[in-house]
Amino acid sequence: MASVKDFCEKAELKQLTNLEETAEITDGYICDLLSWVMARGTEGMAWITVQTHLNVLAVACLHDFSCVVIPENIQVPEETVKKAQEEGIPLYSSPKTAYVLGGILHELGVGS
Amino acid sequence: MNYQERFPVEAGDFASAGEVSATIKQKLKKIGVAQALVRRVAIVSYEAELNMIIHSLGGEMVLELSPREIRIICDDVGPGIPDISLAMQEGYSTAPESIRMMGFGAGMGLPNISKNVDDLKIKSDPSGTRMEMVFFIA
Repeated sequence: MASVKDFCEKAELKQLTNLEETAEITDGYICDLLSWVMARGTEGMAWITVQTHLNVLAVACLHDFSCVVIPENIQVPEETVKKAQEEGIPLYSSPKTAYVLGGILHELGVGS
Repeated sequence: MNYQERFPVEAGDFASAGEVSATIKQKLKKIGVAQALVRRVAIVSYEAELNMIIHSLGGEMVLELSPREIRIICDDVGPGIPDISLAMQEGYSTAPESIRMMGFGAGMGLPNISKNVDDLKIKSDPSGTRMEMVFFIA
């Protein structure tokens, strides 16, 4: 099983928060509909989404996700970063697309 | 009922959306409720909380605990759900475009609630909606 640190290193993610990366990633999920993620999320997932508002953290917290990644260099509001820090959910930014990031998770053996 | 806690929910308050659900989840975890049940309650309370924020004019959520069940009651002020059976259908939504752009309003709120509760009662008219959601503790 891969850790958040393994994913961060292999995908060259930039952490926006300042948090430990020791959590294990149990699975990956790519989706921008919050209710969909709420319905199907499970503990320890790495979630890739283009949504950057505060409620992303509410969903991530309710499911105890291991990390949240915002793809394609989408600007993340400061309040979202602050909330992620407070809630202890590592938040990342990447120039890569959600598709490529999902591929990297798969290469790491996550969800397979 | 052995325990009751009330939480106000403000219409349109997206900044704190999910906080009531997070508080309920923490409380249930703390008292040792099984993880799978905590997950179901979290999904249901989040959807109910968001429904009140998006669609109502505000209201309150009440958490009631007893040794046999967990009960969440949502009471809000208008405009009510015009057609409950339509609202129960996955994909049906009356949320405006601006809300959909945020990833809400996928028409999964009530279906998600219905799938995860052991008992659900909805009463709605133009003055408001009351939802009672019950989870049995095995």
